[in-house]
Amino acid sequence: MILTVLHQTRYEFEAPVGGIIQSLRLTPAKCEGQKVIDWKIEVPGAVMGTLFRDGAGDYIQTASLRASSDHIEVTVRGTVETDDTAGVLRGHRERVPPAAYMRNTPRTEPNRAISDLVEAALTGHDAAPALERAHLLCAAVSEALPYRPGATHAHTTAAEAMNEGAGVCQDHTQVLIACAHLAGLPARYVSGYLNATEDGTPHEASHAWAEIFIEGLGWVGFDASNKSCPNEHYIRLGSGLDAQDAAPIRGLVMGGAEERLDVTVVIKAQQQ
Amino acid sequence: MADPFFNEMYGEGGLRPPYQRLEGWYQNMPSEFRALKQAEAEDLFRRYGITFAVYGEGGDPDRLIPFDMFPRVFSAEEWRRLERGIKQRARALNAFLSDVYDRGEIIRAGRIPADLVYRNEAYEIAVAGFRPPLGVFSHIVGIDLVRTGADQFYVLEDNCRTPSGVSYMLENREVMMRMFPHLFQENRVAPVDNYARLLKRTLASVAPAKCDRDPNIVILTPGHFNSAYYEHSFLADLMGVELVEGQDLFVEGDFCWMRTTEGPRKVDVIYRRIDDAFLDPLCFRPDSTLGVPGLMNVYRSGGVTICSAPGAGVADDKAIYTYVPEMVRFYLGEAPILENVPTWHCAKADDYKYVQEHLAELVVKEVHGSGGYGMLVGPKADKATIEAFAAKLAENPSNYIAQPTLALSTCPTFVEEGIAPRHVDLRPYCLVGRDIELVPGGLTRVALTEGSLVVNSSQGGGVKDTWVIAEE
Repeated sequence: MILTVLHQTRYEFEAPVGGIIQSLRLTPAKCEGQKVIDWKIEVPGAVMGTLFRDGAGDYIQTASLRASSDHIEVTVRGTVETDDTAGVLRGHRERVPPAAYMRNTPRTEPNRAISDLVEAALTGHDAAPALERAHLLCAAVSEALPYRPGATHAHTTAAEAMNEGAGVCQDHTQVLIACAHLAGLPARYVSGYLNATEDGTPHEASHAWAEIFIEGLGWVGFDASNKSCPNEHYIRLGSGLDAQDAAPIRGLVMGGAEERLDVTVVIKAQQQ
Repeated sequence: MADPFFNEMYGEGGLRPPYQRLEGWYQNMPSEFRALKQAEAEDLFRRYGITFAVYGEGGDPDRLIPFDMFPRVFSAEEWRRLERGIKQRARALNAFLSDVYDRGEIIRAGRIPADLVYRNEAYEIAVAGFRPPLGVFSHIVGIDLVRTGADQFYVLEDNCRTPSGVSYMLENREVMMRMFPHLFQENRVAPVDNYARLLKRTLASVAPAKCDRDPNIVILTPGHFNSAYYEHSFLADLMGVELVEGQDLFVEGDFCWMRTTEGPRKVDVIYRRIDDAFLDPLCFRPDSTLGVPGLMNVYRSGGVTICSAPGAGVADDKAIYTYVPEMVRFYLGEAPILENVPTWHCAKADDYKYVQEHLAELVVKEVHGSGGYGMLVGPKADKATIEAFAAKLAENPSNYIAQPTLALSTCPTFVEEGIAPRHVDLRPYCLVGRDIELVPGGLTRVALTEGSLVVNSSQGGGVKDTWVIAEE
């Protein structure tokens, strides 16, 4: 499938700020089922650093605006050819040992509700293969947290989302990571895009899912929001320990004033 | 009864050669003169601005760390062996770091458990696969040593991140030379004052490949409220480099820049004295205001060198410590010259059982602790203290390691009544860049309380000038 992406992020400030710097994880890497045909990031007025690849295999780039400015706009345009790999990440060049993804951050630290969820999901399946246990966890998270936009916010932790009993893809992913860790499986947060509507009407196309490391198979994606594994409708941008660590844009504003954020993402499947 | 502790001046059959010329010095010193000199020393330290904190222990920043005028002395021969052992260890630690951020051969070979390394908080995912210039991660290695006999030294711990205290090594010597110039005429004491020059050379040698001129080196400090701020500014002065805080630097494009009155100036090497977590809010803790946003991107794309390299801390973890002799054998194919203290890991069931049964004989420490806090010194503790500690230990055994109490050597130290033996340790500072360098000396800490084995300044410890007698 050929997917085209138009992703615009605009930050507006009440007053001109002293400077802006961003670390962009906004360029998909090549792997099986994901081939980048063309890709371009534009940040008008910004000094761009050279694109480099980190140990997790993600492409990273710095953008900074020194001059006093009251806004910054990041526009991503690209075309990616995708295939269904049943969620398995193959042919992705990375250097981080899976065991390093056994650690929690404050956002993925489990609470009682999460450990109860894991216990309920896995009881009677102790001897099941890791892949099956991962699927069980994914289904359990999906059921425990109905999709409800507005129930949580950008800084909500896995434990808080569990207490809330609802959430969005970010919450599903962080809770699933916490669950996988409790089950002894390395897990990480993946950010990317999802082409969810057939007709290309605009929708919340920025997406997140978890990858769980399965011995013998490697990293496998699990999307608890959609109770499925990523397929040809997904574009993978990069990974991290949690939503913040894997964020497509991490930025800092010097002398920051109140900011307004506008994001539009349009993903379309090209007719072949 | 024979002294169970090795006395470095009078041990094993009388006055030992390196101390030969010091006996007359202290014996002929009138007590009024001594008091005068002690006051002069304090005055000098205050004037230099040296205050309390060593090793990031915190404490009252205005308190002077007690200085003992009686030097601690090594013979050239003793030092040769120590030097070989320290350099060997510094090489092995760096080889380990460049391995675990690369292919992890030592783990594949089954010589160190993978989880111990990769699940360690100090293992930085952000630099996996990244090779810093010359493959060096720890540019200043502080190795804490204790001595138990004429030829018996043990490594207590390694410090691969930003070991502090070197300013004391330099200032202690400076003060001693000012107060007792004749001692330095009578004794051929090897100089340590080239440390700053060697440090600068070391830092310059790891400048990034993109740097095509004399590298611009800076020291990055968290600021004047930090307990080691004095040392940061002292070293910057001695090296003739800028002392900067995070807000003095910024990232643009592929480089890191320093704000100056003449406009931005590119920075090539950063000797940072802040922890990994605070280095860059866009990579690590987002709430850090001490670091430089974007710095890790510049670092990982080869625009600047950070010393010590982010992630170096995984080599000096107390749980990894046990494996350093294994690193020496694995990477260097050599027998370790310096020994480790036997260590029990309470994370292992057998070890924990042993520790529980022998608490009264052991020193028990937190894996991530420092500064002598939160530890149990079994032989010095009463029953209630031991029981309370056992309860704490049971809550989270894997957070503790235990070691036997070592019969730490003593060195004569000035006390009310004259001189008396007091226990000492040693921290030398090994520099690793294109070359591996070690100035002949280090920081000797002394437990000033009679019988005490705890040399930490926060627990009543002081410092001494450390001499290495040059070859005749």
